[in-house]
Amino acid sequence: MFRKFKKFQTSLVVGTLLAKRQITRGNFWINLLIIGIMTLTFLSLVVISGILVGLLEGSFQANRERYSGDVFISTLADESSIQSTGMIQSTLESLPIVQDFTVRYKSGATIEANYRERRDFSALPNSVGVNIVGIDPEREESVTGLSESLVEGQMLESDESGYILLGSTFIRRYSNFSDLFEPLDEVYPGDRVKVSVTGKGLTFSSDLSGDSTASSNTQEFIVKGIVKSKVDEVSLAAFVTESDYRRLTGDTSLNAQEIAIKKADGYEDQYVKQVLVSYGFSNLAKIQTAAEAIPKFLDDIKQTFSILGTAIGGIGLVVSAITIFIVIYINALTRRKFIGILKGIGISGTAIEIAYVLQSVFYVLIGSLIGALIVYGLLVPVIAANPIDFPFSDGILVADPLPTFNRFLILFFVTVIAGYLPARLIVKKNTLDSILQR
Amino acid sequence: MAIISVKNLIKTYGNGEVETKVLRGLNLEINSGEFVAIMGKSGAGKSTLLYQISLLDRPTDGQVIVDGVDILALDEDERTDFRLKHLGYIFQDYALVPELNAIENVIIPLLMEGISEDEAKKRGTESLKELGLDGKANNRPNQLSGGEQQRVSIARAIVQNPQILFADEPTANLDSMSSAAVIESLKRLHEKGQTIVMVTHEEEYTVDCDKVIYLIDGQVAEERIKQKPLK
Repeated sequence: MFRKFKKFQTSLVVGTLLAKRQITRGNFWINLLIIGIMTLTFLSLVVISGILVGLLEGSFQANRERYSGDVFISTLADESSIQSTGMIQSTLESLPIVQDFTVRYKSGATIEANYRERRDFSALPNSVGVNIVGIDPEREESVTGLSESLVEGQMLESDESGYILLGSTFIRRYSNFSDLFEPLDEVYPGDRVKVSVTGKGLTFSSDLSGDSTASSNTQEFIVKGIVKSKVDEVSLAAFVTESDYRRLTGDTSLNAQEIAIKKADGYEDQYVKQVLVSYGFSNLAKIQTAAEAIPKFLDDIKQTFSILGTAIGGIGLVVSAITIFIVIYINALTRRKFIGILKGIGISGTAIEIAYVLQSVFYVLIGSLIGALIVYGLLVPVIAANPIDFPFSDGILVADPLPTFNRFLILFFVTVIAGYLPARLIVKKNTLDSILQR
Repeated sequence: MAIISVKNLIKTYGNGEVETKVLRGLNLEINSGEFVAIMGKSGAGKSTLLYQISLLDRPTDGQVIVDGVDILALDEDERTDFRLKHLGYIFQDYALVPELNAIENVIIPLLMEGISEDEAKKRGTESLKELGLDGKANNRPNQLSGGEQQRVSIARAIVQNPQILFADEPTANLDSMSSAAVIESLKRLHEKGQTIVMVTHEEEYTVDCDKVIYLIDGQVAEERIKQKPLK
């Protein structure tokens, strides 16, 4: 046993020397070629699945940044509003773990445009059904940066009245859904629209000139801006100030439909949620972290994309393993004479195999290191700063360290085997045949 | 005392219809400390004989006893180990590993034997010095002349003090000056008691040999003991 261990130890010493010399003094271009293959394989394993996952992750991230915040409070399933919204607000104001929050009041509404130019009253009005959202513009801006989604016009201000921000999906020139519903024709900032709310509170109607009409729950607003986002909740909504919302809907209740919370730095989403649950708020509303607020089917799609990415990367891995095998086999084959001579002078087959395995280890380590530098030093930050413009999300590159490390391990073992097998094949050949290359 | 004993050695290449019998029931004995030359025309079987008795190849039949060990009974790993511990080789084309420098080529068998790198380098340097290659230790094979490469090869072969040194046409690729230097090196080793078995075409290099074995068609045609002229 000890003899075998000693023999392996000396084989390791000789194998290491041979590997070191073959790498440092061998053909530079072959080394570069193999390292290049390893780098590309690493990238294909990490980047393809990373982009596929990032396609949805970008959407999730946008949802967090533009809509749900880090923790999202919404109505319980059997309720129409968050109970005791005022108490929850007061508590949130006092919690140091909360940086800011925004309260939203929501209701279904109809928006009609171009009614002043309407000549044919037998034709359908140019109107769409929307979610009308009452917000405190400053707090909304602080939590979700709503103004960053403006593509035309300006942001609402807290102390003004009679203005509305329209989601771009409802405007024909921005809408991708004009085959599904009739969007509003050319509406620009400064144009007037009528907003009608049904089934809520008061029944009155007025326009900006103050003329009262007989119709119920309808008000005229001036379009102040148009917001466009890949977050549907933003581009499929119309925003007004909270006071306008109350006037429009006649809703005198202080209970809101949504509260989006931005946590203070240094706290986990889950921790903030637990604190809110500990106050008993889960009896009043549904409390979810941003991740939990994502519909399950989207999370399932994300997992599917991850598997798909791994499968595609797997094909790359197989191709790469075969390439490595061929390159190392040819490399070993051209050195067959020297392998025979080494065996001839008494160098063990194990030492020669170790030399080739160590070379493979070197190639996979350097290739993966370069790949990791490209991923984390270049691709992740660059794509984060300039997301890929997919139709339904701004795709980012997701390369979490643990899955990346797992992929590296797969690549490592495949490469080591691809390096070992050709060496084994050559070493097993008759010593004299190797020396005489016959 | 015979360090190599060969009885009824047969080596056949190929199989079936294209079988070629290279060694045909060859017998010989080589004593410890002898400098033996194996000669013969091309195809006589001299290199094949060397490969069989030096454990680089397996005989088809017969018996080969080297240093008291029946080498046909050894498996591949044992043969490799035996070569490392008991035998040294000088090949016709030097057979140095191109990525290793002179000293590394010389010490690699020592490292395989488990000798420390420092000790191996010390012994390797001495071997190189003995062969007039001090100052060339860090040169790679492509930075050495043919003669120098062959002397590095000799240094590698003798560095672990093998019982038997096998040389397969060591001067075949060398000019006359380098050849003379290599033969001189072998002569000096023989004077120190080294057993040497050398295959050569050159009659002139057998002058200092204790024994010259002349092969014809895979059999020993004649053995010439020192100073005894060939027929």
